[in-house]
Amino acid sequence: MDKNMKILVVDDFATMRKVIRNILKQVQYENIVEAEDGLAALNVLKSQKIDFVISDWNMPNMTGYDLLKAVRADAEIGKTPFLMVTAESLQENVVAAVKAGVSNYIVKPFTAETLNEKITKIMEKEAK
Amino acid sequence: MNVKFINPFLEATIDVLKTMAFIEPIPGKPYLKKDNIAKGDISAIIGLTGAARGSLALTFSESSIVKIVSNMLGEEIKEINGDIKDAVGEITNMVSGAARKKLEAEGFSIAAAIPTVVSGKGHSIVHVMGGPSIIIPFNTDNGSFVVDVCLTEGV
Repeated sequence: MDKNMKILVVDDFATMRKVIRNILKQVQYENIVEAEDGLAALNVLKSQKIDFVISDWNMPNMTGYDLLKAVRADAEIGKTPFLMVTAESLQENVVAAVKAGVSNYIVKPFTAETLNEKITKIMEKEAK
Repeated sequence: MNVKFINPFLEATIDVLKTMAFIEPIPGKPYLKKDNIAKGDISAIIGLTGAARGSLALTFSESSIVKIVSNMLGEEIKEINGDIKDAVGEITNMVSGAARKKLEAEGFSIAAAIPTVVSGKGHSIVHVMGGPSIIIPFNTDNGSFVVDVCLTEGV
């Protein structure tokens, strides 16, 4: 697994971005950029090469779900692996995210090991 | 309040703090709260609607939350600051999400609003339903905190 891949962490709470950054650091991912909502994330994705997106669902301006749809609809960045983070695993949200092309989702709270497993599985699937 | 609502919140609280902050809080005996005065220095309260309505509040002593958030961020924090206020809201959000998942499995589908954070000695917690709430006290090596649940079925 390429531990140097650039990961974009999207969450409206700066503290939660720090928490996810800290969790990623525990599993040796340190090449991380951040965005405070879907719109800011879209700008980052269009201005630099991002290898992986970890996005919260609930955010102002543009939700994680809307960001996912925008990413998948864009020819240049459409294949970027996308892990959705939610505080709840509502079936309807999961189904909507899968239909919109999410790579996987993770429910808070989660351990570094769980996050690492999700990232690894997604990247292995992408490599096939 | 139905006592079957207590365990999901108790278990969710332990799960969230164990997973995110590597702290296993010890629950005490739940009791009925009779006033609005918070049992700590900083709280987050979140409204709940659906099969049961009411609110959930988590109130932390400064010493307990400083340690919890320091562990979550991987950096030492010495006093209540913006990071702690954000984290208290997020912890409450996660406890609400995890507890609602357990309640959903028991046939109670409940939605949650966005948490509001309040801090200061002797601040008050006003539940939307206005009725008495159940306090679940917790202890950690670095101080205490409480989970304050006020939930009524089918209102």
